[in-house]
Amino acid sequence: MRPGKMLREVLGSIFKKPATNLYPAQKLDMPDRFRGKLKFYPERCIGCKMCMRDCPTNAITINKVADNKFEAVFDLSRCIYCAQCVDSCPKKALEPTKEVELAQLDKNKLRVVFSYKESQEKPKE
Amino acid sequence: MHNSKDFKIPIGPQHPALKEPEGFSVALKGEKILGVDIRLGYNHRGIEKAAEERTYIQDIYLIERVCGICSHSHSTCFIQAVEEIAGLAVPRRALYIRTIIGELERIHSHLLWLGVAGHEIGFDTLLMYSWRDREVVMDILASITGNRVNYGMNTIGGVRRDISPEQSQEILIALDILEERTKYYIEVATQESTIIKRLSGVGILSREDVLRLDAVGPTARASGVKRDVRADDPYAAYGELEFKVITDERCDVYGRTVVRVKELMESYKIIRQALKNLPDGPIAIKAPRKIPAGEALSRYEAPRGEDVHYVRANGTEKPDRVKVRAPTLANIQAVKHMLRDRYLADMPIVIAAIDPCFSCTDRLIALKEQESATGKIISWPALHAYSLEWYKKQGIDFTALNKKLSAKGLTG
Repeated sequence: MRPGKMLREVLGSIFKKPATNLYPAQKLDMPDRFRGKLKFYPERCIGCKMCMRDCPTNAITINKVADNKFEAVFDLSRCIYCAQCVDSCPKKALEPTKEVELAQLDKNKLRVVFSYKESQEKPKE
Repeated sequence: MHNSKDFKIPIGPQHPALKEPEGFSVALKGEKILGVDIRLGYNHRGIEKAAEERTYIQDIYLIERVCGICSHSHSTCFIQAVEEIAGLAVPRRALYIRTIIGELERIHSHLLWLGVAGHEIGFDTLLMYSWRDREVVMDILASITGNRVNYGMNTIGGVRRDISPEQSQEILIALDILEERTKYYIEVATQESTIIKRLSGVGILSREDVLRLDAVGPTARASGVKRDVRADDPYAAYGELEFKVITDERCDVYGRTVVRVKELMESYKIIRQALKNLPDGPIAIKAPRKIPAGEALSRYEAPRGEDVHYVRANGTEKPDRVKVRAPTLANIQAVKHMLRDRYLADMPIVIAAIDPCFSCTDRLIALKEQESATGKIISWPALHAYSLEWYKKQGIDFTALNKKLSAKGLTG
């Protein structure tokens, strides 16, 4: 029994580099299985609305825009990023991305629309 | 004030030293605590009721958010009950993966606790270093499940993600680092005199009291009660794995610290075995959307103790009733007992020693009239009228505003 048991560890740490990262200057890569902001492929969607049915927070809405054409509306402020919709989708029309920095000052920007015409590359925000 | 035999100081519900809103009313005589009144219910979220209004698949994610630290415990416990009702034979690989995640979660929770305990006794060095090392296990959890907390790993009938051979190598490497660090913490805990002197003899809970008050988890095990659901009623893959139930005879906060750090070593052993014996095969079977009528009670050894979930199904897509008993609810009565006749300065560490999670344990409370001997429950309109009256006494009149609001139908 003696005091200062951790002293050596503490002194040794003086010469090590900090364990923390200088966010936001230095950003870490998200793991491959990370569930971030969703991506929607309108051309694959068949409009079965299984994602809507399984979403725990009603964050996703699939709208029919024309025959066999669908658009998805995500409410990022509701989404809990569980990616159950990705599992529920029978046609793999949804995909989680590694995007994490989704905070917005404007509430309207949290509503993300993936419309059919503009395809998957440029979501209208 | 000096003459009064005892006076009560309220701690909380909003207090800079408390991490969660909970109310303690401490009766003191000098520095000595005569009795503690614990009041829960400030953070009631109505999860049980909300679960009844969602489908089983939605409930997984809802139940997972009962607790941030032991999220896998709650979701596994719930899913076990649902699977039992539906009579699903979960693939063995899924059970092993659940066990691995469960143990990784225990590691991160115990390391977190070690830091919090260090902080509560003013040993912040321990907090900084144990939390730094906790990042190792957090990174592993993030790489396997995709998230540091709320892993989203469970689904009815199995798990959602597999552990690849590369990932199991990754886990084994991380375990080596963690094991080395844990050995160091065991050394610190058993040799550092400030820890031993501060924690010994604090928050004593005898073996008889554990049995009488039904304490669970490390709190019970530190009083020599061999109570661990993993060994008593094996679930997931625990029946096929070999591990020791760590107990300690010290009955105090120091004993609880020793139990927790030693349990970390057992967790490493369990994960190594599980990875070695990881069976091949599917990770999930298809579960029906509608769960047949029936009921089940499921037990799970969360890092804080035994977690109990009760689910009643009625043949539809939604459960009829979900009941959650988080480990803190079982331990909270023991805290009351542990604090009696102790010094006020011991309060933070004694409460922290059960690793409390008040939001998980919170339930709805009914207000009783203090003056009436029968303890009549105050109804909502009566409480509303009382609040108006109370503010009027303080010189604020809400009557006009209240009339305006009730005209719009905004008040109860």
